[in-house]
Amino acid sequence: MIARMLRAIFAVLSIASTVQAQQSDPPLPVSEIAPGVYVHFGAVELMTRSNEGGIANIGFIIGNDAVAAIDTGGSVREGRRLLQAIRSRTDRPVRYVINTHGHPDHVFGNAAFGSYAATFVGHKNLPQALATRGPFYLESFRRLIGDELMAEVRLIEPTVLVDNEMTLDLGGRTLTLKAWPTAHSDSDLTVLDGTTGTLFGGDLVFSGHIPIIDGSLRRWLTMLDPLAALPARQVVPGHGPIGAWPGALDDERRYLQTLSADVRTSVSRGAPLKSATETAGAAEKSRWQLFDDYNARNATAAYSEIEWE
Amino acid sequence: MTVLTLMRVIALAAAVQVGVPAAMAAAPEPYDPWPGLVQDIFNSRPMLDGAGIIAIEMPVRAEDAAIVPVTLRTTLPPGDGRRVRAITLVIDQNPAPMAGRFELGPESTVSEISTRVRVNSYTDVHAVAELSDGQLYMSKIFVKASGGCSAPAAKNAEEAKGKLGQIRFRQFAKAGDSASSGLREAQVMIGHPNNSGLQMDQVTHLYVPPFFINEMRVWQDDSLLFAVEGGISISEDPNIRFSYLPQGAKRYRVEAKDTEGHIFQGEWKAETSGM
Repeated sequence: MIARMLRAIFAVLSIASTVQAQQSDPPLPVSEIAPGVYVHFGAVELMTRSNEGGIANIGFIIGNDAVAAIDTGGSVREGRRLLQAIRSRTDRPVRYVINTHGHPDHVFGNAAFGSYAATFVGHKNLPQALATRGPFYLESFRRLIGDELMAEVRLIEPTVLVDNEMTLDLGGRTLTLKAWPTAHSDSDLTVLDGTTGTLFGGDLVFSGHIPIIDGSLRRWLTMLDPLAALPARQVVPGHGPIGAWPGALDDERRYLQTLSADVRTSVSRGAPLKSATETAGAAEKSRWQLFDDYNARNATAAYSEIEWE
Repeated sequence: MTVLTLMRVIALAAAVQVGVPAAMAAAPEPYDPWPGLVQDIFNSRPMLDGAGIIAIEMPVRAEDAAIVPVTLRTTLPPGDGRRVRAITLVIDQNPAPMAGRFELGPESTVSEISTRVRVNSYTDVHAVAELSDGQLYMSKIFVKASGGCSAPAAKNAEEAKGKLGQIRFRQFAKAGDSASSGLREAQVMIGHPNNSGLQMDQVTHLYVPPFFINEMRVWQDDSLLFAVEGGISISEDPNIRFSYLPQGAKRYRVEAKDTEGHIFQGEWKAETSGM
């Protein structure tokens, strides 16, 4: 009896909270950084309950016929708020949802677009990345952003896969999507708006926020030149403020090179993994936000790669 | 359930409603798998306090969930005539908690073993030393899972395939106390995805069968230094670093086997230089 009563109370509370959430989700604040190109800047923080997972830069581009969303944020609530921001600026359909890679802060909002006719687009490795890591993310992020936000999260795989390069037509406006070899992650995709020369770099580009290595440091370093050669005027990094292209890559290049050189020295001296991660990249400490949160992790990944050279 | 607890539950539900973090409102004590693991892995044998016998070192927070360094170190008090027969590493909250069992050869001088493991969650990690009299000594450490997008999975699946089967052996002068103790260190690296088998293949939608190094043996001349029985909690490209006394040995030999029966082996001349 009491159990039934409790269930009823919980049911009422949870319906109330869902309805309340959906009605009160205000549009995400966005900036129009070029004509028809909008960006919401995520907090330079780790995903938490208080920032509701909203740490990545996400955005949308409006063409004459349709809209493309680029990443959907770290919760379905953020995804819904992105959709509200789109709706407050245009009634053209959201034809594409492009994911720049498979990390939670970029894809957890996908379900907000799931009931629309949008086509999900991603790197050819993205389905595998989501399948491999998704179940772990769905579990581990409960601790970080809480059960309530996680309850709605669904992993939605792309149905249009980019193998190398692909263009999407939004009507009078063409986006060029490029799939990269493993660098920041194994499913990195960039989006270039030809009309305004705006590049959405995803997490191949970090600015102010320390770069994170979840792929291959060595490949990332070799990717920087071809990346810099993209005909863009400005870049929206995955994290941090927009910058001029390709100058916005300079800090990231310096960090990755420093880390790589330090780790290589440790490996050749025979220093064990743990001690190497305590010193590598130290000269960069004052230059990045979240250095203490990610540098040792980057050094760990770098070491396990460089020791095989 | 009493009315009082019922009211408390309602109050908690209301608290959740106004935005008190759920963890504060209702954090159930996480289930402790250790007693069950003692039963399964150690046949419910008694565990003695490992202080001074077996030490385990790990970072308080796993930086990269896929590559968490762990060091196991054994010491016996002067005059204790026993020897260490085996060290077992258990990561309580992992899908396969028994990470590895390191059995030391009868003449082995190995006193320190470092490897890298996957850590899925906030977890106790136990190191259990079995001594030659059959007694078990246990030490433990609590490790917080890494935050963010780090996952206990391959970072670069394509590259991993290229490394499969490569085996390397490096020898080092032991940092710090080498002059007095004569200890040296060596490191075995095997290129192997060490797949957990918990992943679905995107094309076939079948679970990838587990594929990992399950056995490794390291010899100093013809004397076994240690044998490892490994599982999927050992990181991709299994890597074991250990300290030992050279005892004038001429060569080192490694043989490993994976779950599909592939054999990886190599033999190296002993180096004497500091490296």
